[in-house]
Amino acid sequence: MANDNIGNHRMVVGAHYGLVDWLAQRVTAVLMLVYTIVLLVAFLLSGDIGYEGWGGLFAQQWFKLLTFATFIGLFYHAWVGMRNIWMDYIKPIGVRLLLQVLTIVWLVACVGWTIQILWRM
Amino acid sequence: MSESGKTSKRQFRNISLADLTRYRFPIGSIVSILHRISGAFMFLLLPAILWLLDKSLYSEISFEYFKGITSHWFVKLVLLALIWAYLHHVCAGVRHLLMDMHMGLDKPTSKQSGILVLSVSLTLTALVALKLFGAF
Repeated sequence: MANDNIGNHRMVVGAHYGLVDWLAQRVTAVLMLVYTIVLLVAFLLSGDIGYEGWGGLFAQQWFKLLTFATFIGLFYHAWVGMRNIWMDYIKPIGVRLLLQVLTIVWLVACVGWTIQILWRM
Repeated sequence: MSESGKTSKRQFRNISLADLTRYRFPIGSIVSILHRISGAFMFLLLPAILWLLDKSLYSEISFEYFKGITSHWFVKLVLLALIWAYLHHVCAGVRHLLMDMHMGLDKPTSKQSGILVLSVSLTLTALVALKLFGAF
C-alpha cells in the first residue's frame, strides 16, 4: 500500500512529503517562544499594567509588526498541527479534505482579523 | 482476547479503545498526547483569544469591558485552562526541539525530561491559578 502512494498515486490529502512543514513547525515555534519572552519582559517591566501601558505597547509600530509576524507563524503552526490531527484520525478522504479546507479558510480569516485588531487603533 | 486461547499469556497486539483504561502510558506518551490535546484546544479557542485581544486593545471603554468579562469566575477558569495548555505546549515543545537535536534521547533522560515538563507546566499553572483567583 505504501508503494502505491507515489507519483500521481499520492493521496491528495497527504502532507507535503518533504522537509518544509517539519522545519516550519520548528521555526515558528522558536518565533513564538521569542515573542512570549518579549511580551513577558514588557509586561513585567510595566508594573501595574492598565490600558495606558497595554495599549501603549501595542501602539508602537515595531511591536505591531512583531505581533503580526508571530501570529502568521502561529497560524501556520496551527495549520500543520491540525492537519496532522486530521490525518491521524479522519480516514475518509472527502471528510478529511473538507476539514483541511475549513481549517485553512478559518486561519486565513484569522489573518484578516489580526490585521484589523492591530492597525485600527 | 478469547481468540488467543492457545497460550495463557496475554498478547499485546493492536489495542482497542477499551484497553486504554488498562494500558499504562509511559511518561513520554502522556506528554505527547497532552501536547496534541493542548494544541487542539488552543486552536478551538482561537476566536475567543482574538476577541479578547481585540477588546483589550480597541479603546479604554472596551478595555474596561475586557476587565469585566475576565473577572467572571467561569472565564477565569477557561483562561486558566488556556494558560495550562500554553505552558504545557511550550515546555513539551522545548523538549521536542532538544530531542530533534539529539539531546536527551536515552530512556532515563527522556523519562526525567518528561517528568520535568509536567512538573514545570503544572507548577506554573498552579501559581497562575493562585494569582487569578486572588490568593496573592
